[in-house]
Amino acid sequence: MQKRSYGKHFIIVAVIILITAVITVVGLSRVRWMAAPATTQAHSVDALLAIELVAIGFLFALVMVFMLYSIVAFRRRNNEEADGDHFEGNTKLEITWTVLPLITVLVLAVLGARGLAQATGAQADEVAVRVTAFSWGFTFGYPELGIEATPVLYLPVDQPVVLDMNSVDTDVIHDFWVPEFRVKQDLVPGVPTELRITPNKIGTYTVLCDELCGTGHTNMQARVEVVSASDFDAWVAEQQPSTDPAEMAKLGEELVASQGCAACHNITGDPGGIGPTWKGLFGHEAELADGTTVVADEAYITESIVNPLAKIVQGYQPIMPASYGDVLTDQQIAYIVEYIKTLQ
Amino acid sequence: MRFFKTGLVKGILVGLLWWLIGFMLVEVIRVAMGLPAQWNTSLPAGPAVPQDTLKWIVSGGLAAYEPAMVVAGIFFVIGFMLGVGTMSDWLKWVRGIDTPMHHGPKEGDPGWFRYFGTDYSHKVIGVQYGVTAVILLMFAGTLALIFRVELARPELQLSLFGANPEVQGTLNWFNTLVGAHGMIMIGSILLGVGAMSNYLVPLMIGANDMAFPRLNSFAFWINVPGALLLVTAIFIGGWNTGWTGYPPLSAQSPIGIQYFFIGVFFIGMSSILGSLNIIVTTLTMRARGMTMFRMPIFVWAAFSTALIQLTATQLIGLSFLMVLVQRILGLGFFNPGFPDITAIASAQLWEGGGNPILFQHLFWFYSHPAVYIFILPGLGIISELLPVFARKPLFGYKWIALSSMAIALVGFLVWAHHMFVSGMNTYLRVPFMLSTLLVAVPTGVKFFSWLGTLWGGRIDLKTPMLFALGAISVFLIGGLTGPPLGTVTTDLQLHDTYYVVGHFHATMFGGFVFPFFAALYYWFPKFSGRQYNERLGVIHFALMTPAFWVMSLGQMLAGTRGMRRRVADYDPAWGIDGVQLAVSIAAFIIAFSVLLMVINLLWSARRAPRAVANPWRSRGLEWQVPSPVPELSYATAPVVVGEPYDYGLPGSTYVQFAPAMTGGD
Repeated sequence: MQKRSYGKHFIIVAVIILITAVITVVGLSRVRWMAAPATTQAHSVDALLAIELVAIGFLFALVMVFMLYSIVAFRRRNNEEADGDHFEGNTKLEITWTVLPLITVLVLAVLGARGLAQATGAQADEVAVRVTAFSWGFTFGYPELGIEATPVLYLPVDQPVVLDMNSVDTDVIHDFWVPEFRVKQDLVPGVPTELRITPNKIGTYTVLCDELCGTGHTNMQARVEVVSASDFDAWVAEQQPSTDPAEMAKLGEELVASQGCAACHNITGDPGGIGPTWKGLFGHEAELADGTTVVADEAYITESIVNPLAKIVQGYQPIMPASYGDVLTDQQIAYIVEYIKTLQ
Repeated sequence: MRFFKTGLVKGILVGLLWWLIGFMLVEVIRVAMGLPAQWNTSLPAGPAVPQDTLKWIVSGGLAAYEPAMVVAGIFFVIGFMLGVGTMSDWLKWVRGIDTPMHHGPKEGDPGWFRYFGTDYSHKVIGVQYGVTAVILLMFAGTLALIFRVELARPELQLSLFGANPEVQGTLNWFNTLVGAHGMIMIGSILLGVGAMSNYLVPLMIGANDMAFPRLNSFAFWINVPGALLLVTAIFIGGWNTGWTGYPPLSAQSPIGIQYFFIGVFFIGMSSILGSLNIIVTTLTMRARGMTMFRMPIFVWAAFSTALIQLTATQLIGLSFLMVLVQRILGLGFFNPGFPDITAIASAQLWEGGGNPILFQHLFWFYSHPAVYIFILPGLGIISELLPVFARKPLFGYKWIALSSMAIALVGFLVWAHHMFVSGMNTYLRVPFMLSTLLVAVPTGVKFFSWLGTLWGGRIDLKTPMLFALGAISVFLIGGLTGPPLGTVTTDLQLHDTYYVVGHFHATMFGGFVFPFFAALYYWFPKFSGRQYNERLGVIHFALMTPAFWVMSLGQMLAGTRGMRRRVADYDPAWGIDGVQLAVSIAAFIIAFSVLLMVINLLWSARRAPRAVANPWRSRGLEWQVPSPVPELSYATAPVVVGEPYDYGLPGSTYVQFAPAMTGGD
């Protein structure tokens, strides 16, 4: 059996690989992979991903073209019984394709470490924002501005922010991810974590929980508003505690929507909810599981939010999470009570 | 009905009896101590009306009896193993009774009977592993189809998950199905790996059986009660943690999590015992003349796999056991913080001082090397088949053999790349990024050596070869999409998104599913004695390969746009509706093609024409004996006199069957 000459094959295959690689790399770079970035940190993530896509496109073309070319050029013809050419390997080639990938991954590791430093490193003039996660939602606090807990994350544009993050101690692991921000970090009970961002584009975004956290995981999210500096100041001014009952009830209604209370408590008075209805709740006499009765006044409703298992209404399971006392401020609980009062 | 006399049925019956004994034992002690029968009195008691009982169980009501349930679950496994008879010989030895090794089916039993009970032949056990693997594969695949229907469109579709307020559905079902799909698939893959290594390793090295046949049978059968518990877990309330079981969520999950833990624990025990057998068999029972570097390449892969299984599996057993006892004994391994008065009032145990991240270290120390357990045997199958169908030597045999060992070794040093955003020490991220990326080097060696094997061959595109080549293309997608996850910077965006789902499925399909199917087709004539239907095999390939590309790439695109893992709904604004629908359709095409394979193999096993002795003109030892392989595989001892893959070298031979030698060497 004579040995075939491979010179012609190598030239053809090299040309096809080159053409295919160009097509694949250009094609991959044209795909709209991600939503437009909205932080300065996003740049290092997007830049590295672009480099990785070039490497992926080239290597994909290299292996696939080589394989498909071999299948076509070296296919078995006419049920021939002959064997292929006998060569068992080539140590120089093996060393080459060990060393070249080794260098490639080392370069990638250096780029990755550098990108990590850019995407997570400390920034000048940072403002701290506290993020608390619970099942299933987020609250945000601004210790430097005296704002304790709000359901929407307001951020002034171009202001470096450090997010001091935690999950409620008795809760589970959650995660903070805004796809447009390109960075994410878990929030762990008992282990504080942090994340740094500088939003650079005004707009409305969504924080998603990206760590499986139980039944409500799919819907665990919060709104993010990146606003101009003047809009931010106006929003901060609005956050001062309100004493007007109508205003309080309105704020309470917003809180109820963001905290997911309606999943268990309806305001229509229909029977059969997971928790007692709120319609006509205030002022009526509640019959408890232990047989006693209690008048649903402000103190009772507040206790039921902060320590829900203290008094269980007849016919309901003691399953309400005990975390609202940690998640909500006293002021916010007062708003919710004010809102419930209006549901007569 | 002879079927009711099989070990399988006996095992289930005795297992159920032991389950009851375990449950009652705990309850009787508890009641005798004057305590209420229920642990957690805040949970609803069992319903008085019998027709509600099933509903009560399915919604997790048994949680009120959790410690008794756990003990009963463990008792079930012990009872099953006693009932199936796989411990009978050992128990006789304990009593001083000798039990000679019995070969072949018992007299008077029909041929199929031995496959449903304890049998010590590695060829029977290999088939038992394989059939169980395919059954679990189809079950777990069906679960995936259910949630692919849900994900085909935005919003909730299925009333099971709560789309219809009239019916009491809940997303707990979604979480349960996602977790069950993952873990049952893992069980299926481990069994599939067991099938290949149990059936092939002794045959390929010229041994008549494994080193420890009784242990081999035990290692297979313990999977069965493990898998049964895993499936039961779905129907006693399910669990909401996915397959990873992270605390604190798993410490608060519905009670299904306990049977999930116990099931995985015993399937893991099978891995440890099975791997011990593979290692000893490979090291001590090779044919004369078969040096380590003359072993078939698959044996190298199975050997490397067994080394990982033997040394890493303990860690997942340990981590799950720790959550199990945290739940029933209140040991706060993974609970942060301090006792919380309000929580104690609700009868939850909140002993503090633990750390949730510790679990992730223990868990991934197994679960990352585990993916190499899943793929190394498959890559070995690819390396095994390419020379046969290209009619050429395996390019760089030693490099491929040692790259398996290198992957196994480096695989132990990369676990924390699953934890880049977990809150572990931030400085650990860079060294783990480096070690992770290093895995690309030995993996690259395999790819390039495969290309070298194909180059200049006489490539014959029979079904097994199609699947081997398809495996290369799919594993290429899986391999190339890995570095963006291994590099911390880009992982900050991609972590826990559908990009990971796409990448992982590509590695699993390329590293296990495609090669496993290639192996089923390739060795089908060997274990059945008949030839499968080639045309159906090609149709299976032609459907599954493009469907898989669509599925995997679609998942990745959805992920980069914002689709998170393990969610039942997504934002239509991301523009991934079409992608999601395509992924769902592709999933159904894949399922249909697998069904075609099962029909093909079942039909061919009974009706197809007899296979010729060596249909692939392979040099492998196993093809030099008749098909199906006789009870005693090698009546005459084979002697290895050459290289395994010297196709195209005139006059070379791999193995000779020397006239029976008498006396010593």
